[in-house]
Amino acid sequence: MRQIFAWLFLIVLMVFLVIGGFEMMHPFGEPPSTMDQYIIDNAQEEAGSNNVVGAVVFDYRGFDTLGEATVLFAAVMGVLFVLRASEKKEET
Amino acid sequence: MSKIVRTVASQLMAFVLVFGLYVIMHGHVTPGGGFQGGAIIASGVVMLIVAFGSGQIKKFLRERRLSMVESSGALLFILVAFAGIGTVFFYNFLVGSRIFGGIPPTGSNPGDVWTGGVIPLMNLAVGLKVTAGLSAAVLALALFSSGEEMEE
Repeated sequence: MRQIFAWLFLIVLMVFLVIGGFEMMHPFGEPPSTMDQYIIDNAQEEAGSNNVVGAVVFDYRGFDTLGEATVLFAAVMGVLFVLRASEKKEET
Repeated sequence: MSKIVRTVASQLMAFVLVFGLYVIMHGHVTPGGGFQGGAIIASGVVMLIVAFGSGQIKKFLRERRLSMVESSGALLFILVAFAGIGTVFFYNFLVGSRIFGGIPPTGSNPGDVWTGGVIPLMNLAVGLKVTAGLSAAVLALALFSSGEEMEE
């Protein structure tokens, strides 16, 4: 009996979540913010860069690129740490 | 590899370097940037490793130097980011100044290298970092698979 109630509760919860998710979705072709149009219009003037993608990556969203560089740094450090020359061979 | 492959690879490396540097330094004008150009140069290093064998390449690319170049690229990136902290972190403070300060007209235009503010500097820093980092990782893996170890 309790199992049936648990399954019913789960199903009702899932239905509510799915319906709520679909309700909150934006209609196709209407982005939720106007930031993209602002960047397209003003990137050349504000960042001085013809490559708007470059302006976004290194200027508007520079903090994101810092994290990306950190990920690369950590990956290379991991590879070198595992595969580096050992300081001294163990004498057996 | 044979002598033909070695000769062609060593001649081709100059063009790979020029193309990679072009992609890095034109990151604010044409598609591309630091990550892409660094990957191009690192793929040239992979070509050299395939042609000459990792034992020959490890005499020129040592771990200490590669780590130094990579860390200096990361430091330059963070320093340029902190240089604009008077306004906000990652502020493009060089637009309109004398260094890379040109402002292109809005809309389609042929483009000019002397624009972009701090974006070319950041592209250069990220290019150094990606070049050295990917070369070091690939060389370490190649040496490990052939039973050798990277020289300090």
